[in-house]
Amino acid sequence: MISAFFIFNAKGEVLISRLFRHDIKRSVADLFRVHVIADSSNKSPITTLGATSFLHVRHENLYVVAVTRGNANAALVFEYLYRFVTLCRQYFGLLDDSTVKANFVLIYELLDEVVDFGLPQSTDHQTLSLYITTESIRSERAVLEDAKQITLQATGAISWRRPDIRYRKNEAFVDVIEGVNLLMSTKGTILRSDVSGQILMRAYLSGMPECKLGINDRLLLDRDAHPGGAERAVAERQRRGQGSGGVELDDVQFHQCVRLGRFDSDRTISFVPPDGEFELMRYRTTDSISLPFRVTPHFSQSSTTSAEYRVHVRSMFSPKVFAQNVVVKVPTPTNTANVKVVVGGGKAKYVGAENCVVWKIARFPGATDLVLTFSCELSHTTAGKSGKAWSRPPISMDFQVLMYTASGLLVRFLKVFEKGSYESVKWVRYMTKAASYQIRF
Amino acid sequence: MGDAKYFQRGKIQELRQELATDKKDVKFTRKKTAMKKIVANMTMGNDMSPLFTDVISCMQIPVLEVKKMVYLYLIHYAKSKPDMAVMAVNSFVRDASDTNPLIRALAIRTMSYINVDKIIDQLADPLHHCLKDSDPYVKKTAAVCVGKLDMHDPHLVEREGFLDSVRELLNDSNATVVANAVAILSEIAERSERFELTIDTSMANKLMTAINDCNEWCQVYLLEALLFHTPQESTDAELLAERVVPRLQHANSAVVLSSVKAILYLANYIQKEETVNSLYRKLAPPLVTLLHNGPEVQYVALRNILLIIQKKPDFLKGEMKVFFCKYNDPIYVKMAKLEIIIRLANENNVEQVLSELREYSSEVDVDFVRKSVRSIGRCAIKIEQAADRCIQTLVELIRTKVNYVVQEAIVVIKDIFRKYPNRYESIIATLCENLDSLDESEAKASMIWIIGQYADRIENAHDLLDSFLEPFKEEPPEVQLSLLTAIVKLFIKRPTAGQELVPKVLKWATEDIDNPELRDRAFIYWRMLSTDPVAAKQIVLSEKPPISTETDNLDPDFLDDLLLYVSSLSSIYHKLPTAFIGGIKPRRLHHSRALNPMRKVAPLDQFESNKG
Repeated sequence: MISAFFIFNAKGEVLISRLFRHDIKRSVADLFRVHVIADSSNKSPITTLGATSFLHVRHENLYVVAVTRGNANAALVFEYLYRFVTLCRQYFGLLDDSTVKANFVLIYELLDEVVDFGLPQSTDHQTLSLYITTESIRSERAVLEDAKQITLQATGAISWRRPDIRYRKNEAFVDVIEGVNLLMSTKGTILRSDVSGQILMRAYLSGMPECKLGINDRLLLDRDAHPGGAERAVAERQRRGQGSGGVELDDVQFHQCVRLGRFDSDRTISFVPPDGEFELMRYRTTDSISLPFRVTPHFSQSSTTSAEYRVHVRSMFSPKVFAQNVVVKVPTPTNTANVKVVVGGGKAKYVGAENCVVWKIARFPGATDLVLTFSCELSHTTAGKSGKAWSRPPISMDFQVLMYTASGLLVRFLKVFEKGSYESVKWVRYMTKAASYQIRF
Repeated sequence: MGDAKYFQRGKIQELRQELATDKKDVKFTRKKTAMKKIVANMTMGNDMSPLFTDVISCMQIPVLEVKKMVYLYLIHYAKSKPDMAVMAVNSFVRDASDTNPLIRALAIRTMSYINVDKIIDQLADPLHHCLKDSDPYVKKTAAVCVGKLDMHDPHLVEREGFLDSVRELLNDSNATVVANAVAILSEIAERSERFELTIDTSMANKLMTAINDCNEWCQVYLLEALLFHTPQESTDAELLAERVVPRLQHANSAVVLSSVKAILYLANYIQKEETVNSLYRKLAPPLVTLLHNGPEVQYVALRNILLIIQKKPDFLKGEMKVFFCKYNDPIYVKMAKLEIIIRLANENNVEQVLSELREYSSEVDVDFVRKSVRSIGRCAIKIEQAADRCIQTLVELIRTKVNYVVQEAIVVIKDIFRKYPNRYESIIATLCENLDSLDESEAKASMIWIIGQYADRIENAHDLLDSFLEPFKEEPPEVQLSLLTAIVKLFIKRPTAGQELVPKVLKWATEDIDNPELRDRAFIYWRMLSTDPVAAKQIVLSEKPPISTETDNLDPDFLDDLLLYVSSLSSIYHKLPTAFIGGIKPRRLHHSRALNPMRKVAPLDQFESNKG
């Protein structure tokens, strides 16, 4: 599987190097430096030279690299690299050139534990933090005193949670966060719109709580997934969706704590949560999405020396809620010399470095219209420049709408069962933001 | 900032002194600091091997952090100082029977990393014990050690019977132990000539039970192992596939893709076609969901989707939109999406596809633009109803006068002309406006082909060909060949227009050019024209075989073989692992009653393996 692991900084210096197999030498680091870091034409995350393959991801200014000599499972390697980055961020807050150098001993220690012979073992921060910590004295004591518990935890069925957690006040926070993808054509038709949602949870619960989450899903991945017939599926839909209001999800993915077998048989989302913050599930839907904003651009280029824009934005959600941090970026021709902006709300200005007009609206109430108009004064293009036409990138938008879901998904309940049968307080929040909200013009 | 200060070149002599005994160093902080400097220097590539004995003497220090650094040092340098490395053996062996399971595991894990015969030999005894340890953590570590050992010395593993011990671990009550044991056995089976792994039905079911009780990585190992199971009955395969299906909902893309692979594999042994189709339908949503991951995983997913849609062209029907490129997708994702878009294009969605491709053709990245233009041509050839729209779009693109767009468009228009003769000749005039901008040989050759093919309709064909003929001797063979044929066509169609050019080109091609292919072709034309003009006409202007986009498809048997490697590098390169990796056995389907008769089973004598 993975024969070696490296972390390089942007200059190509090796910050971490660990071999897991003897089928390669440390000097392969030089190959990576020459063929990937120094070669700007190589943009692929996978580079194979002879029988040696380098798989890398970029994080901050770093290259995090796995090297293999076999027909490695690429998805596994990339997931592992992502996970390693996440793990380091859980330990150090962030992962960049200086944090790697400041913590290299700990990183080596983690690597030895997280991968054995190139096979990823356990990447759960909760378990690892039992015996690998930033304070070596604490790790030392844990290894000596709690070894038995640690090994059981690391190989157990619930490796993501320690059994001895106690809270005075038992609380669980559920955040439903939806990212809306939109791609609208020049003619104003919707080429693509979908929602990718996440349900994040912050669980501060004692003991080993059994949780059940109920959402208004009308999800029927495939009716014959339920042998036993359509009636059951229909009955289920009536029971859950309660007529209308149910959301049809195209697909869902769960955190490893969720019992997949259980979900597959009766669609219950049941789990023993990790302690603290985690992503419980991801979902996506294309069905009846309420787009939060409608953008109608008008662009005309009256002569070679000027171009006019009129961008009309309407908020489609209820006036009871509002959007915040709304940013609309309108690309301008590369030979723009000067821009005159007229704006009905918020602030707009021309940013030459990005070749666009950036329009910011701090608070955008529901059911409201705002208009941005501006004209660009264009300089005469030189002969060399005109060879390549301006590719006219799409208008892009960024926003956050609180207490609103574009898909209509709602959390119906969160139940917590625990031996101690304590009371727990639950909180639910919703937010919809732009994932990739693009309008061509 | 923390330990960053150690990242500077250290002098061997100074480090040695820091490591040397010092009474005041009660908590070993000075030694710890020295070790950190050594490890940092190791990382930077500075040779720290002269310190070997000094470092080994620190092995006894009862501070775990120091011990782990010493181990790291040993793994790094033991190979270069094998004799000295042996000094560490006793300490390892002692640790391997420590009462603390973490220490036991650490000892055998480190020992097995050290690639020195004398150390490996000493590992056998403790490893036997650890494989039967009471602690699951030690056992799973021991199982992995056997894998390392096998890479170092397979004979030792055989002699000691370690593989049997690991096989016994498959029955362990701890799922993590089972998963690691099966991972090691699968890996050894994949490369070793002397070891085969077979998993029977009850074991396969056991593995699928274990999957509920272990972490995501272990789940991958368990799923991968299903490919070593040959279902004997169609119903067994169905039941097993049903047990894999829930894993498609896992957040880890490796679990999802390994489940996909297992299901595709099991489908070979399922007889009922509707069951197979229903399984394929279940694969679609999770595969699409993978496109919401990081770009690297998206790329892996896209390359695999490209394989699966060749197997079942309709399995992503209606999902076209998710493959449309976002402006800020990385280029490798865009290229992979484009391949899929073309395959999903049909008469119902072609309008949408074309407007997308038109959009991509005005982007910045040259390779992406070229591929987009080429894809428009493929659309025209694939979907007859769309040919008009495609030609229209291509003509629009030619009018933009962007050099590489024009050239790419001409190349594909040639194919469209071939596919639909006598339909779009009206646009030839537009093409001819761009003759001067052609500087790529493929575009030139295509344009020349068009002129030759339609020499009877292009008034000034001889002038145009004459202008191409001028630098004839400097042109690449591709252009020369095309020019030779085009001129002969012109002569046959309009003898008066071609009579000046033909002798010129034949003379050059036969006398001044060294390329035998060109010379021979010219001689053949010459003979034919001088002996039997009628036959020459029949041959030169003969009916051409139809072209189609079918040729883009992989050979069905090859595709089936590739599908056994979903998610691996093979599935990304669309090459079998035997083609780029040495010492790997090819995977194949084993025969059983339940195997779909359409599937080819490689006969035993084809069992080729490149030992390398």
